[in-house]
Amino acid sequence: MTKTTAAYKQVPDEKGRFGSFGGRFVPETLMNALDQLETAFEEARRDPQFLAQLNHLLCHYAGRPTPLYEAERLSETLGGAQIYLKREDLNHTGAHKLNNALGQGLLAKRLGKKAIIAETGAGQHGVASATVAAKLGLSCKVFMGEEDIKRQALNVFRMKLLGAEVVPVTSGTRTLKDATNEAIRYWVSHVDDTFYVIGSVVGPHPYPYMVREFQKIIGEETREQCMAQIGRLPDVVIACVGGGSNAMGMFYPFIGDEVNLRGVEAAGHGLASGKHAATLSLGTPGVLHGALTYLLQDEWGQVQEAHSISAGLDYPGVGPEHAYLKEIGRVSYTAVTDEEALAALQLLSETEGIIPALESAHALAEAVKIAPQMGTDQVIVVCLSGRGDKDVEAIQHYLEQGGEKR
Amino acid sequence: MIQAGNRIDLLFADRSRKHFMPFVTVGDPSLEVSFQLVKALVEAGSSLIELGVPYSDPLADGPTIQRASLRALASKTTIRDVIDFVRRLREAGIEVPLVLFSYYNPVLQYGIDAFFADLRQHGADGVVIPDLPVEENEAAVQAARANGLHVISLVAPTSEQRIARIGQRASGFLYCVSSLGVTGAREELPDDLAQFLSKVRASTSIPIAVGFGISTPQQVRQVAAHADGVIVGSAIVQEIERNLPLLKDSARREEGISNIKTFVQNLLSALK
Repeated sequence: MTKTTAAYKQVPDEKGRFGSFGGRFVPETLMNALDQLETAFEEARRDPQFLAQLNHLLCHYAGRPTPLYEAERLSETLGGAQIYLKREDLNHTGAHKLNNALGQGLLAKRLGKKAIIAETGAGQHGVASATVAAKLGLSCKVFMGEEDIKRQALNVFRMKLLGAEVVPVTSGTRTLKDATNEAIRYWVSHVDDTFYVIGSVVGPHPYPYMVREFQKIIGEETREQCMAQIGRLPDVVIACVGGGSNAMGMFYPFIGDEVNLRGVEAAGHGLASGKHAATLSLGTPGVLHGALTYLLQDEWGQVQEAHSISAGLDYPGVGPEHAYLKEIGRVSYTAVTDEEALAALQLLSETEGIIPALESAHALAEAVKIAPQMGTDQVIVVCLSGRGDKDVEAIQHYLEQGGEKR
Repeated sequence: MIQAGNRIDLLFADRSRKHFMPFVTVGDPSLEVSFQLVKALVEAGSSLIELGVPYSDPLADGPTIQRASLRALASKTTIRDVIDFVRRLREAGIEVPLVLFSYYNPVLQYGIDAFFADLRQHGADGVVIPDLPVEENEAAVQAARANGLHVISLVAPTSEQRIARIGQRASGFLYCVSSLGVTGAREELPDDLAQFLSKVRASTSIPIAVGFGISTPQQVRQVAAHADGVIVGSAIVQEIERNLPLLKDSARREEGISNIKTFVQNLLSALK
């Protein structure tokens, strides 16, 4: 293990800070619940029984480990680096979100809670939470912006089918940001008996840390699979960043390695258009949803609306650990547009028979950009965080409106 | 006590009195209406005014104050406008303590030091920051102290063992959250409110005020039996909302203001 890893292990500190980012900026009513959660998580992650239970579910229920797949036709088409896909889309429920929802669901049970709540953007975390609630016998309410309910009708129905209640959020931007506000408000009112399952590496401490710990299995498996399949570590690892949980889970085990890590944000209509979700690329530090991190905000600290074709990236904040990784220069953050993501989605569908989620298509678009400039002996791993079934209707609509995008 | 002359300290110097402490969102629906409203609230007998800074993501607030925030943002009210508003009130001869209620991010973007320096210069006395727990408030407390202002801490029914620590560090007055949940009128206050308040009382030497959910004269009376101050926000904002057509019409504004004043006088009568 290199020096960086040793130094890096210090984050977060005991106040939940990643450098200057993170922390716990929430109403007093929640402070004890967060303390309890932190203690419970620290105990659970050292409890062999808890870990055995979680690993059993990850293996037999979620279907882990997920494959690391060599996308040969895609690589040939691009004519450069060999591209491998970490197939988180093959997880039960179709995305990496289940890794974290299972962990937090078990923790909710351990704390004796009978009810969980969750916020969701694209609906993937909502589906994962509803799934875990059904599996573990908990009740589940999912807060979802009205705008996203329209964009992700299929996932809304899936959640209902799984026995969850989907609570439409009509405040503010009616997307993930306000769904999160509403989930926090509900939690403040029901903190005694309700466990809040946050879906990304955002929120007050210990959430960003805890979610990273539940998601780091992505990077750990990838690392082992690279060694087994290629005999070495990859040159580049790419993941999309909304809140940033698949990226954090993928990057974390590689932090101490000489591997180029790239986080890809949503540039929406373009960085210059003002309609994007490129928080790390164009935002400034501020406090949102309990953490100090990068935000899209105006000069007076009012949080701005984000835009992305992908509901899962459409968020004006980002996990505080990503803010830290940007600050120390360990990860480079870039952004790709709606159109670039769509083109990458079509390319993967046609060359490999894999329809990725719009979120994951952003990571793929970055690979499409850089692979041709790399040697054929070099290796890129893309975190394919979710499958695209949920998006096909929206994509159809978009392509019919705008014509062929590629 | 922070410094001679802070109006919060002066207000609570006589601990035999009970105080009515209303909240309004500044700029709801306009700065001019807010100005008339604050004057009316003071005339009605309010002891201290909480001035809400509108925010895009008010996660401790229920729908009523969320809507007030949206109206104030729609009229382009910024945190600087709220600070200027304090000066305007002082120039108009308003002498009650003025406390800003703002989420942390607008304060952070304004600059913590500049914020408290400007507040002092314009005549404010304290700040409530609902998303800044005691673990995170050091920078704000230092800057406030340097300027003779109070950062008002909150305690909640779930604070339990935290009450002692918060109570020892608190300054100005301690803001007790009546019950779980966000701001907003409630039909009933919790049965164990008195018990919670006596725990808080035992933890601190400074005055305590209770807010969240108080909307009727009966509730004002119930709370005043155990506290030095009663904070009413959403109920007044609801009244503002009800009178919006009048408040927005300059010819009928006075009637709207007068309706709200009557509503507040009714709440205040419970303290007499």
